[in-house]
Amino acid sequence: MSTISNRKIVIPVLILLAVFFPLMTQNNTYIIHVMTLSFIWMIGVYGLNLLAGYTGYLSLAHAGFFAIGAYSLGILTVKAQMNFWLAFLLALVITSVIGLIVGIIALRTKEHFFAIYTLCLGYILYLVIDKWESLTEGVRGLIGIPAPANIGPIKFDNELSNYYLVLVFLLLVVLVMYRIIHSLSGRTYIAIRNSEDLAQTIGISTMKNKLTVFVLSTFFAGLSGALYASFVRFIGPDIGAIQITFDLLTYLLVGGIGTLTGPIVGTLLIVWLSQFLQDLQDQRMLIFGPILTLLVIFYPRGIVGGVSSLFQMIRSKGSQKSTTVSKGRTAKEMVIEKNTISDKQVKEG
Amino acid sequence: MIFLETKNLTKRFGGNTAVNNVDFTIEQGKINAIIGPNGAGKSTFFNLISGFHQPTSGQVIFKGVDITKMPSNKIAELGVARTFQTTNLFEQSTILDNVIVGHRLRTKSTLVDAILRTPRLKREEAQCRDKAMEVLEFVGLKNIAGNIVGSLTQEEKKRTAFALALATDPEIVFLDEPAAGVNPDETEGLAELMQKMVSKGITVCLIEHKMQMIMRIADKIMVLNYGVKIAEGRPDEIRNNETVIKAYLGGSAIA
Repeated sequence: MSTISNRKIVIPVLILLAVFFPLMTQNNTYIIHVMTLSFIWMIGVYGLNLLAGYTGYLSLAHAGFFAIGAYSLGILTVKAQMNFWLAFLLALVITSVIGLIVGIIALRTKEHFFAIYTLCLGYILYLVIDKWESLTEGVRGLIGIPAPANIGPIKFDNELSNYYLVLVFLLLVVLVMYRIIHSLSGRTYIAIRNSEDLAQTIGISTMKNKLTVFVLSTFFAGLSGALYASFVRFIGPDIGAIQITFDLLTYLLVGGIGTLTGPIVGTLLIVWLSQFLQDLQDQRMLIFGPILTLLVIFYPRGIVGGVSSLFQMIRSKGSQKSTTVSKGRTAKEMVIEKNTISDKQVKEG
Repeated sequence: MIFLETKNLTKRFGGNTAVNNVDFTIEQGKINAIIGPNGAGKSTFFNLISGFHQPTSGQVIFKGVDITKMPSNKIAELGVARTFQTTNLFEQSTILDNVIVGHRLRTKSTLVDAILRTPRLKREEAQCRDKAMEVLEFVGLKNIAGNIVGSLTQEEKKRTAFALALATDPEIVFLDEPAAGVNPDETEGLAELMQKMVSKGITVCLIEHKMQMIMRIADKIMVLNYGVKIAEGRPDEIRNNETVIKAYLGGSAIA
């Protein structure tokens, strides 16, 4: 009972916090810019989380699909002069269709082989973008991508309006993720992650489900890429580099792979830490490397996973009698965790 | 009526013939057992029936339908369930959460239903939850349905695996060493549970090494050795079969 009422309070508070965040920073464009970027990354990380965290297939081609989304939007608006929102929609369709074709082949492999296969694939996508100069302008990059077109009276010509646009997309993504995870489909994916053999014997068509998740994950990557292109307005082949995949993976691992709020916590933490350590650009991996290693060893499900199992331990010691479904519990703990982290961010901001 | 039968079922892995020309019929509403020394091909035989491996030659026929080339998820939909030697459960989750997904194959909601939270999804979620509670009550785990699987005893894990198989609404269950790693008292409990399944109309076929239990509960036994069927019959027939005794005790032994 307390779970429900707590969640009813905590989630609106968090959303309000995000909505009034720009005011709290007195419209500091730098802070809003970094925050918007981290929201964009979060959408991509959610895609990775659905595939790697919930279904157990670690795709290292994620940045490739991010770049496909970004370049589709860029090429359609800059070169084909298409209407922005039509191009935006098409960018998502293009990414998903390529995801579908790639998925059919890639998902014939499993575990390490899948990771290695997609690693190569990501590199091929990067090379295609880098070398196909007549289409992508190669290393020169695409310049002059338009900002999102007006929706009725709403204009997207400054940092603040873009912040809210991206926030709306992020909230939609979180809502969709929440609903998927807490549905029969989500249970099906978790069953596949847990044991594909067992899933198959209880009548789950693993290939069909894996393919659905793969396409959805590339869709999120494409959405994230398209938003990036329209926000930064300039894209180069570097956004498809393996480095970006590993950045996204780091956000996910730190926050908590296979947890609903992990992508938010991890991305906020690392993005802002990187901002504070900007002077130490070259040395920052000296700090991140060991921390990440320790985290993976001691908290394989990241910060959110660690905190939620801690809560679970305390609670199971406290009272053994209430055996309500633990899904609700963990979700709430994740939300609490998210709350404290974003609180901290806001204060630091 | 023949419920499930295999005809000349053969599986070769390279030069090794794991299952060699096995004809076997499973009778409905009975406990059928497959025994044999280690490496006799028992688990491979199970894998062939449940669609995990494609046989090199031969057929599997379930209720008159040839299921030899079907993928295992389709076979499950027809009403054939199985468990594994290792239970393969999701250890960090509760018993209930592990079992709910077992009824997924009888539901139709898609990803779109999940995103839009349609009435169909809500109805089917309730249906799966009810089914899970029903089978957990059947296997005797209802009162600890909220416990984390990782904290269970081996016997409770086996019961959870049974429940998961039963949640698929099967007509026949294949149990691969259900009583392995379980103490004698608990073995007794699992034997009772198998008899309870049969009394509910579910046919049972199991692989087991615990002879005392097998001889007591099985209606029919098949003995495999080096992939070949060396005997088939009632427990008392098997007990006194010369070939079987030789296979178990070594070539020259005379019991």
